Amino acid sequence: MKFIYQTWWKVLAVVLVFYTMISGFLFDVPTLPILHETIRNLYFHVPMWMAMLTVLVISVFYSIMYLNTGKEEYDLAAVECVNTGIMFFALGLVTGMMWAKYTWGEYWSGDPKQNSAAIAFLLYCAYLVLRNSMDEEQKRAKISAIYNIFAFPIMLVLIFVLPRLTDSLHPGNGGNPAFGKYDLVTSMRVVLYPAFIGWSLIGIWIATLRYRIRLIEYKKNAIN
Amino acid sequence: MDLINQTKHLLKKEIVLEWRSKYAFNGVLLYIVSTVFVCYMAFNLNPGFSQAIGYGIVWNILFWIIILFAAVNAIAKSFLQESKGRLLYYYTIASPHAIILSKIIYNILLMTLLCVLALIIYSLFFKNPVQDHLYYFITVLLGSFSFSTVFTMISAIASKAGNNGTLMAILSFPVIIPVILVLIKMSKRAMDGLDRSLNYQDMGALLAINIIVVATSLLLFPYLWRD
Repeated sequence: MKFIYQTWWKVLAVVLVFYTMISGFLFDVPTLPILHETIRNLYFHVPMWMAMLTVLVISVFYSIMYLNTGKEEYDLAAVECVNTGIMFFALGLVTGMMWAKYTWGEYWSGDPKQNSAAIAFLLYCAYLVLRNSMDEEQKRAKISAIYNIFAFPIMLVLIFVLPRLTDSLHPGNGGNPAFGKYDLVTSMRVVLYPAFIGWSLIGIWIATLRYRIRLIEYKKNAIN
Repeated sequence: MDLINQTKHLLKKEIVLEWRSKYAFNGVLLYIVSTVFVCYMAFNLNPGFSQAIGYGIVWNILFWIIILFAAVNAIAKSFLQESKGRLLYYYTIASPHAIILSKIIYNILLMTLLCVLALIIYSLFFKNPVQDHLYYFITVLLGSFSFSTVFTMISAIASKAGNNGTLMAILSFPVIIPVILVLIKMSKRAMDGLDRSLNYQDMGALLAINIIVVATSLLLFPYLWRD
């Protein structure tokens, strides 16, 4: 866990996010009907989900580590990753809704992608409720780790598989062309991929800060 | 082979135990009958309901909602019923995989029976508008299967976490919403008598969800089990 105390990747994260902020608004984008300039939302909406996925994968990893070793630190890492993931989840939903207002006409039009994302959001809210329903620390850590591992594949199915099977309007779903199919993709790729890395690193950074605060609290409360 | 043997014995024990008391079965059956009867009386306060335009849609959705709540009630019992001493006894004689498998299979049997009976009772009170009866029946069987696999694992988690009904509902509904949406879509097609090949993709999705849930249950239950 030495990685979380190093500086270089935090600098990299800030540089990459500033780069995508500037280039995302200034670089050329293909002019397409209906989309027009809203296509730039791609640089800000999709990276939110990427960051969420990154921290949730890390959270599942620590949940598995907790079940194997029973170390309290792993549980703290898992729960703080989920907390950060839920924040990015909300940001992803909000940026998507703003885009939907300008292209689909309404913030929430009951599109299958939106609905499944909302259900998956409930799934992780249930995780937090489950945690709060127990007082005993080890029991809480174990059961929430199990639920976290159980919820993750279902979240993947909900967000990334089911909308593809239905007639969703979301790009990449229901037979709609995804970003990869447009012309001039390379000019967008140079912004999008750094954005993925940058926001994922920002997500990890937030999670590590929260984790370190929790660790201090935990050590303060411990009885030696 | 040991696993199959243990599962068989545990399953037999579940069935015998249920056969002696008939508590879960009778309780949930009564629950279904009373719910259907309440719905019957409430809907028939509006004259001409069964000739209304949206009758088929209401018939279908109401049926699935009744089944959903019956399933929550029936399967929540599967782990809550066990006393602490008995769980400890199982721990010494059987593998955790055998226990969760036997519970899943038992719940599938129980839910299948209950769903079929519920469909019969429901059709008695509300005029059945289904055209493709065989396919509607298959959808009901698929539904009872999916409900059992999902709710068994959730009820195991909920029973470990201080076993209350609220937790069971909160934990299971996000998982069951996609399942019930697919089921409602499939059964609506059966009701309208549409071409059966339209359903294959949805069946695939249901099967995928079931496989994921059963696989994760088998992987995770040994950890949940150890206290």
